[in-house]
Amino acid sequence: MALLEIRNLHLAMRSFEGEAHVLNGIDLKVDTGEIWGVVGETGCGKSLTGLSISRLVPTPPARYLAGEILFEGRDLLAASEAEMRALRGRRIGMIFQDPTTNLNPVFRIGDQMVDVALHAGHADPAVLGLDRRASGRARRKAARALAVRMLERVGIPDAARRVDDYPHQFSGGMRQRVLIAMALIGKPDLLIADEPTTALDVSVQAQILRLIHDLVVEDGLTVVMITHNLGVVAQLCTHVAVMYAGNIVEAGPVRPVFKNPGHPYTRALMAAVPTAGTKRGELAGLPGIVPSLFKPPPGCRFATRCAHATAACDLGAPAMRELSPGHSVACVLAGEI
Amino acid sequence: MSAAVETGPRNALSSRWQNWRRGAYRFRQSTLSIVGLVIVALLIAVALVGPYVVPHPEHVAGGVSTAMRFRPPSAQFWFGTNELGQDVFSLVVAGSRISLLAGLAVVVIAAIFGTLIGAVAGYFGRWVDEALMRFTDLMLTLPSLILAMAIAAALGPGIGNMVFAIAMSWWPGFARLVRGEVMAKKEEVFVQAARALGAGAPRILMRHILPNVISPIIVKMSLDMGFAILTVASLGFVGIGVKPPTPEWGSLLSLARGYMPDYWWTAIFPGMAIFLAVFGFNLLGDGLRDVLDPKARR
Amino acid sequence: MLIYTVRRLLLLIPVLVGLSLLVFTISHLLPGDPVKLAAGPQATQAEIQSLARELGTDRPLPAQYWSYATGLVKGDWGQSVLTRRPVWDDLKIYLPATLELVIAAMVLAVAIGLPAGLVSAVYANRWPDYLSRTLSLAAISMPRFFLGLLLQLAFAMWLLWLPLGGRFPIIDEPPPFVTGFLTIDALVAGDLGAFATALKHLALPAAAMCLSPLATITRMMRASTLEVLQQDYVLTERALGLSQRLILFKYVFKNALSATLTVIGLYVGWLLGGTVLVETVFDWPGIGLYATKAIVTQDFMPVMGVTLAIGVVFILSNLVVDLAYGLLNPRVRYE
Repeated sequence: MALLEIRNLHLAMRSFEGEAHVLNGIDLKVDTGEIWGVVGETGCGKSLTGLSISRLVPTPPARYLAGEILFEGRDLLAASEAEMRALRGRRIGMIFQDPTTNLNPVFRIGDQMVDVALHAGHADPAVLGLDRRASGRARRKAARALAVRMLERVGIPDAARRVDDYPHQFSGGMRQRVLIAMALIGKPDLLIADEPTTALDVSVQAQILRLIHDLVVEDGLTVVMITHNLGVVAQLCTHVAVMYAGNIVEAGPVRPVFKNPGHPYTRALMAAVPTAGTKRGELAGLPGIVPSLFKPPPGCRFATRCAHATAACDLGAPAMRELSPGHSVACVLAGEI
Repeated sequence: MSAAVETGPRNALSSRWQNWRRGAYRFRQSTLSIVGLVIVALLIAVALVGPYVVPHPEHVAGGVSTAMRFRPPSAQFWFGTNELGQDVFSLVVAGSRISLLAGLAVVVIAAIFGTLIGAVAGYFGRWVDEALMRFTDLMLTLPSLILAMAIAAALGPGIGNMVFAIAMSWWPGFARLVRGEVMAKKEEVFVQAARALGAGAPRILMRHILPNVISPIIVKMSLDMGFAILTVASLGFVGIGVKPPTPEWGSLLSLARGYMPDYWWTAIFPGMAIFLAVFGFNLLGDGLRDVLDPKARR
Repeated sequence: MLIYTVRRLLLLIPVLVGLSLLVFTISHLLPGDPVKLAAGPQATQAEIQSLARELGTDRPLPAQYWSYATGLVKGDWGQSVLTRRPVWDDLKIYLPATLELVIAAMVLAVAIGLPAGLVSAVYANRWPDYLSRTLSLAAISMPRFFLGLLLQLAFAMWLLWLPLGGRFPIIDEPPPFVTGFLTIDALVAGDLGAFATALKHLALPAAAMCLSPLATITRMMRASTLEVLQQDYVLTERALGLSQRLILFKYVFKNALSATLTVIGLYVGWLLGGTVLVETVFDWPGIGLYATKAIVTQDFMPVMGVTLAIGVVFILSNLVVDLAYGLLNPRVRYE
């Protein structure tokens, strides 16, 4: 059984202008130990996919039209709020993009970490190294000790003292370390990281990526990493899913996908990444605009921007086809171009 | 969350029109704003025609009929009669004109005076700004109701004096608002251009800056209307300003206090009138602010 | 923090000088001759002149202000021309009465308004929210004197549960003066009966007074809670499994409170200035009634004293709010 399996997930979002079909049949299967990179442009639905796994998309204005999200075989869309809460922080950890806004500014970081640890410890006392009969005071003490240990693990110097500092006393990179420590304090099995390095300085990005990598390897974590940066995927991930306008257009192990991209959009994305060898003027942009999600075209949503588009593309949504084991592509021309 | 959806470019004019339509849509969606609009419209209608159609105009003019003292509400006297046998309904209806006009006058005078101070402070800046704004801040520290009472009492009874007294405690809010707006506007290109062409300060202020800051002033005026009416009634209630037989709501209520609890109707109806008027303007002002100030809306 | 407080207190000095100058100027700009009024209608010119000399009003204005200002520092706030009582002595009795009322009203307003605003925000655009928004707008629009009257009618005249007005029965002996707050003085004296009596007298006027700040605090708290709920850190807190209750009452509350705090500070001053209305309805012997009496008789010294006292309390309450803001918000540095 896969740790996480998303099947045919459809999500609509209501706004002033109407209802947008923002997720259009997402399929994703994540096995234990895999590190998935979900890539795509802003607005393609990758963040909503991540939030859906923890069921944090507000409904309304959003509405799930169809599909299921199976965590260890259990459908999260059908779970109660209490069941979801027991998973969040304990089984599923999350890191978000901007470390400056994701820590509560008026509480000491220790306060926030202790509350998460206590919550996880409530679901499973082993997290705090205690048994079920431990007193509230003992739990609190253990939670605080755990918070200090976690801060040490993510590389905060002088953690025992800094645990009592406020977020504004840390730099951006340090805050992201704190957030990583907070996401992992409940010893989760699955980590969802939504653009964890995008808001950071380039020099800090590499450090944070290495930290995430080391922690993932040490703890044997399964990761869903949402990013628009193919470089991040290449460095960190074992698998990649490429999203475009609410669809996964290509998915599979990183090597075959990067070496032999089957979807024109994946190719375009890769061509847009500058490398040391790129000459001036060679960097390719992508012409055209994303189709309106209020009235999506019946066929392939990428057809409006695709250089290879034919009449066949407008006939219906292309199905996923497997190019090589585990590597599948949603394009009528898959394997031909 | 990146749920942003590309909808294609739009030019500035159509987006402004779109904003406007959105605002109107929001206003119509908000039941409370519509209720406010209805109350205010009703109030204005009553103030306009009321005094001519009331059942007992002679009571409004000060006439008494002692034989009919303290009649409870009935088909003949909808709101009952008071200690002088006057029809409370006629008095309350006639009072709407006084309250509305007085409230409006307070807001207008305060807006004019405040705009003057604020515009001069904001335009000239430096020590002029410093002096005028310190003065304005000090005025804001003073208890406005007591200040208005003291001025009104010193000037002697009369609606005009009362309105002036309240306005003198009301202008600082406008001054602060206008100063901020003027300071923002005076750096804009069209003002710089006018100055480069040699226009003098009064001309720039009157012709170029003030017309551009008029809309926030009007919004504040509409928001302040309810409380201006309330303040007028408050002064009437403590017995400063309007004197009987002027049928001012606050003073009607104040007189009725002495006849509680047996003749409760003499107090309830003027009180309800004050409440309804203030409530109506506040509902309306709240709705207008939501429409005109999208940042404040939720 | 201590240095900051001391500096803020020092900065008060120019404000107080300006305030006293302003009050003095306004009172002398206004028409009307208080000395003539005090001397009585039958007074001769000589009598008026001798009274003016006695009160010092025949001297030039700067000299008058100078002696007034130096008097203020020494605790001599002038005297009423009518009763010849020193204003300071009167304020010592009336100001605590008003403060007791205002503080009671504010405690009620804060205790109910903060949770009401929080709940309203959580249920944004559903019926508890609509109800609380409509009620608070209605409450803001309700004239305090009319509400007071209705409360009197219901609880004091028809139900006979609570006294009609006043602060303490005239025939009874009030607890010995310690703070001037009857409820506290009664507790200090250990007299629970007097405490209950004082509380009963306080109930209706405090209720009439608290409605408007209650409504404003609710609205303010609702708006700032809605804003805080949109923040990224709330999403993080939810994503890591913290309970809705913990997030709301611990993490969101503290953030939303700092924005609401400013309103609370402003309201103390506003209530003090508007206390006249409630005091008139309930015959509450506070500075409002004292000022009204003085205003009607154009007795300027008490009016100036009351105005100044309110200004000082207002400024001090804003200082307290600023300090509390710093306690709530670690990013604010006092340097």
